[in-house]
Amino acid sequence: MKESDMKKNDKILLDHGSGGKISHTMIAEMMLPAFDNPILAQLNDGAELKIGDDRLAFSTDTYVVDPIFFPGGNIGDLAVNGTVNDLAMCGAVPLFLSVGMVIEEGFAAADLDVILRRMGIAAQKAGVLVVTGDTKVVPRGAADKIFINTSGIGRIPEGVVISGHRARPGDKILLSGTLADHGIAILTSRQGMRFDSPVASDTAALNLLVQRMLAVDRDIHVLRDPTRGGLGTTLNEIAGQSRVGIQIAEARIPVKPDVAALCELLGFDPLYIANEGKLVAFVRPERAAAVLAVLHEDPLGKDAGIIGEVIEAPAGRVILQTRIGGARIVDMLTGEQLPRIC
Amino acid sequence: MSIKHLEEYRDPELARRLIDRIHAMHPKPVRLMEVCGTHTVSIFRSGIRTVLPGEISLVSGPGCPVCVTDQSDIDAFIAISRMAQVIVATFGDLIRVPGTESSLQAERACGRDIRVVYSAMDALDIARQNPDKQVVFLGVGFETTAPTIAATILTASKMGLANYLVYSAHKTVPPALEVLVTAPDVRIDGFILPGHVSVILGSDAYTFLKTVHHMPCVIAGFEPADILQAVYLLVSQIHAGNPQIENAYPRAVAPEGNPKAISVMNAVFEPVDAAWRGIGTIAGSGLKIRQEYAGVDAARQLDIRVPEPVIPKGCACGDILKGIKTPPECALYKKRCTPVDPVGPCMVSSEGTCAAYYRYYS
Repeated sequence: MKESDMKKNDKILLDHGSGGKISHTMIAEMMLPAFDNPILAQLNDGAELKIGDDRLAFSTDTYVVDPIFFPGGNIGDLAVNGTVNDLAMCGAVPLFLSVGMVIEEGFAAADLDVILRRMGIAAQKAGVLVVTGDTKVVPRGAADKIFINTSGIGRIPEGVVISGHRARPGDKILLSGTLADHGIAILTSRQGMRFDSPVASDTAALNLLVQRMLAVDRDIHVLRDPTRGGLGTTLNEIAGQSRVGIQIAEARIPVKPDVAALCELLGFDPLYIANEGKLVAFVRPERAAAVLAVLHEDPLGKDAGIIGEVIEAPAGRVILQTRIGGARIVDMLTGEQLPRIC
Repeated sequence: MSIKHLEEYRDPELARRLIDRIHAMHPKPVRLMEVCGTHTVSIFRSGIRTVLPGEISLVSGPGCPVCVTDQSDIDAFIAISRMAQVIVATFGDLIRVPGTESSLQAERACGRDIRVVYSAMDALDIARQNPDKQVVFLGVGFETTAPTIAATILTASKMGLANYLVYSAHKTVPPALEVLVTAPDVRIDGFILPGHVSVILGSDAYTFLKTVHHMPCVIAGFEPADILQAVYLLVSQIHAGNPQIENAYPRAVAPEGNPKAISVMNAVFEPVDAAWRGIGTIAGSGLKIRQEYAGVDAARQLDIRVPEPVIPKGCACGDILKGIKTPPECALYKKRCTPVDPVGPCMVSSEGTCAAYYRYYS
């Protein structure tokens, strides 16, 4: 198949970092063979490790967002919340983070200070400790202002088994809130896009919310935060991993009016735009109402709803029921829709 | 833009009533062409094909500007991006389109300065901020975008901004419609005419389709209810045997269009024969920068050398743009040609028919 021909493109393109199909091809054809092991091969948001009797979740992410300051947060909030969320999506209680920074020569110390303070506050809010770190400064032009890597470790409570492979026909699909806020916030805060009421990023740590959800349903099947590639890509990943079909209803997917209008104006589909403070949960139908009630009690889940369900066929496919009663496929994002959003 | 306004046209009840009325007409088999790529995407995204009676075939037309951009123009864009001291400013859709040897995306990965902008005005800003570089805006699009780009040319000459150039590969819609209605191999029973282009041109611009060609036409907006309304009106016209140019988008389209935009466009551009990918040369369908603004014209100012274009074998984009073939009838579709590695431009642009089929209809 044409899509799997990595060698033909002899250069890495921005598309390879988009989180869409091209990223997946690179992971499958270059990363997996290089590191060949069954833990990595799971391709969940974090790796699940067994050390003694403990089950740990381990995850890493690198943040290169441009601009580094945006409505609703900055690169520091994103770096802490992002890795905390990756751990939370494994059902883990996040415990420790590392922070690695690549800083461009000439970067304002005051800006670094703001970023670090916000990281401290974000870590405190999420209940994690930053326990180790590294800083490199590179010559001007060798990096763009600042890049941050965070890695994190968390403990997975007994009885919690969350994985993209566990979606089952009949499962209800819960979405915790409005789509596309982060991606649109980044886009509109870029040069040249000025609006009276800027859309704010939704960056937030979801771990405490996840712990409350697990308290009412320990057997949540799948949790994911639809970041790069958006909900459309996330659902396709899950449909593929679990070999099931997914059916969602357009009318039940909340998008803020301003965000919807901007998507319309710019020709973007909110289903493919990044979120940094939202989750989707696949839950047994009999527990869906209880989990939804927990979501509604939390400010981070106040707009939550059941957006669809898992079906047997067509396996690996996501079908959207449109507002007018039609149906269409939701495919995985192909390549870059917005550059450097996280 | 008011989203509340948009929501009215997305009202599922309104759409449902229109769908019921269309079914109740028991239409005979008809082929309706939506000319505009934005319509194509809206039709797929809202699943309109899945709610219409089987007798109504919606055929996608040549209204995706990237798709109809000739390979020689794509090659020219690539050649410009390789020039020293040049910044290329472009709409994002062009980035992935494969030329004969390369694409802008591949050139960017080689270090060429290629910037995606959301408006031609952004390109003007880049020129202002980089006085030591030559900024070339790649002008692709129909009457919808041409006036804004014309405005940047007027502004640049007024300001004496010497480092702003435009490569004009603009095209105009009415000459292409004329070719479609007269082509012997194209069978269309009615046109869903483009909304945005009509905002500029006005409904009167299509009178020839009624008087000369007796072709049922409805100008439509982009919401599902707009498009369903257009389908309903077209089927009614066809049943009654009474071809009209109906305006189902009066909230945006006036009979005379937008005279100010037209005059700006005409001040800067003049009609020229233009090559449409897959369709061929259409007389008077291109927009060339007038001699008066030759200083802004990249085609005149730069020494652009392009390779002999090689059109990929087996690519059916031409027939697809004319509504003769559907994407699944192309031998390359989903095999050699995918959005990840597109062969033809209909698979590249988000408004391309092949990309829409691939994304929403597989």
